[in-house]
Amino acid sequence: MIHDDRPPAVRLRSARLAYGDRVLWDGLDLDVMPGEFVAVLGPNGSGKTSLLRVLLGLQPLSGGEVEIGGTAVRRGSRRIGYIPQQRAVDSTVTVRGTDLVGLGLDGHRWGLGLRGRADRRRRVREAVEAVNATGYASRPLGLLSGGEQQRLRVAQALVGAPDVLLCDEPLLSLDLASQRMVSELIAESARDRDAAVVFVTHEINPVLPVVDRVLYLVDGRFRIGPPDEVMTSEVLSELYRTPVRVLRLGDRIMVMAESGHRVDLGGGLETEQPHHVSDETEGRQP
Amino acid sequence: MNLDALFDIDTTLNLLELGFVRNALLAGAVLGLVSGVLGPLVVARNMSFAVHGTAELAFTGAAAALLLGWSVGTGALLGAVVAALILGLLGQRGSERDSVIGAVLAFGLGLGVLLLSLYPGRASSKFSLLVGQIVGVSSTGIVLLSVSALAVILVFALLYRPLLFASVDPGVAVARGVPVRVLTPVFAVLVGIATALAVQIVGALLVLSLMVTPGAAASRVTANPALAALLAVVFAEIAVLGGIVLSLAPGVPISSFVTAISFLIYLVCRFVGGARHRRLVASG
Repeated sequence: MIHDDRPPAVRLRSARLAYGDRVLWDGLDLDVMPGEFVAVLGPNGSGKTSLLRVLLGLQPLSGGEVEIGGTAVRRGSRRIGYIPQQRAVDSTVTVRGTDLVGLGLDGHRWGLGLRGRADRRRRVREAVEAVNATGYASRPLGLLSGGEQQRLRVAQALVGAPDVLLCDEPLLSLDLASQRMVSELIAESARDRDAAVVFVTHEINPVLPVVDRVLYLVDGRFRIGPPDEVMTSEVLSELYRTPVRVLRLGDRIMVMAESGHRVDLGGGLETEQPHHVSDETEGRQP
Repeated sequence: MNLDALFDIDTTLNLLELGFVRNALLAGAVLGLVSGVLGPLVVARNMSFAVHGTAELAFTGAAAALLLGWSVGTGALLGAVVAALILGLLGQRGSERDSVIGAVLAFGLGLGVLLLSLYPGRASSKFSLLVGQIVGVSSTGIVLLSVSALAVILVFALLYRPLLFASVDPGVAVARGVPVRVLTPVFAVLVGIATALAVQIVGALLVLSLMVTPGAAASRVTANPALAALLAVVFAEIAVLGGIVLSLAPGVPISSFVTAISFLIYLVCRFVGGARHRRLVASG
């Protein structure tokens, strides 16, 4: 990393998260540097989204420490931008794309926000321009495609100039072309602003070209490192505690259980077969 | 009702001179303002049924007040606020909300009917709680109404951005630290107070025509939240003031005209909104 003198954008030290007896992860040390892109992978229930909730200040750690930009996390921090997964917009919800982006800037503030409206409009316009969404940003959100909505979500997350972008499966339910577009947009925007990205995803492949490191979580075990080091048959077999094969097909990674089923996470079209390996390994927990 | 009476302008003008009619118009204007302002978010939060349930409990409160010799306005207000708190706290989960409202509404309405049957006074004042009546608003009632409406609008303005955020984009609002779970019952109380005001004018059964229809109509024709609030206020004012004026000469409950005008505006907005929707889709 070039900027070693700065505090990490995200810093976890001996972090532990448990619900009652169930430990999601323990002893998690992670520094995400400004401008770095970290993908968080793992089966459902492995604590990926809980990790985001910890970073958002919505979920306290059971142990250890967590900092954003050198200070303890706090709910509603302006240092954080958040990109959720795309969902069908309720038809009773009538706002424009620009309203959504504007709420990302000051939706958490009290009052009508009548002062500083010119400045607000300018910042919203710039954020919309930065994601090339000017053509449709003033249209009702419900009329936009999933990819268009996610572009505006990126603008919404970036408009407050955050140090960290937290992404919770932002590619889910998008078509392949939109997945690539949105992941590249997030990576480029973050790099331009030197913001760190923590990107929770089911699929490594759409983000593989832009990922610096992977945090792979399975049943309380985890591994952190560049994709080439983590996405190997050896490492994943150890994490899943069952023989897993990782195949490279061109620029894609396929993760298969020895039985021939695709592993639910980390490889290609696994959304068709959720929970596979995690189901198989459940009975073998220590 | 005599149709000619509807167009009897002399009678209408004469009646407009009367103090209680003036009071009614003033109360209607205040009500149109507060219900229009809240309307778009009531619609965005899918609260139509909650508004109806709150209105039924405002009716219960008003019936209790009648029996106890209190002011009907105070009773309605108490009933609505209690209802809003119950609905806001018990029904946080979307899947449960519907049935909670149904259970509470039915109980409240039944209790109200019992209280009314115990009340020895005139039957017409009982009926008016359900379908509204202009003579019901006294000068002291106007003061209570205006103060409550002003309080609702001020609190709403203070909460506006987080409320809008929580209503249209709850997932990101939570992530940005908006206290979504606190805002839900608070907004329910604001809506409850507005509903209690509406019960005194259009009656418990027809509150939706002012609390929901104008907001729903506005949401059909614009996606701009500020413009939606403005349009909803204009629509609610037209419905309530127009309804009061038209009802004067024929001497029928105002709610029939208020609901008719409100519904007409809604139909027009649906038509206009449909055309706009097709145009936007075609241009996209």
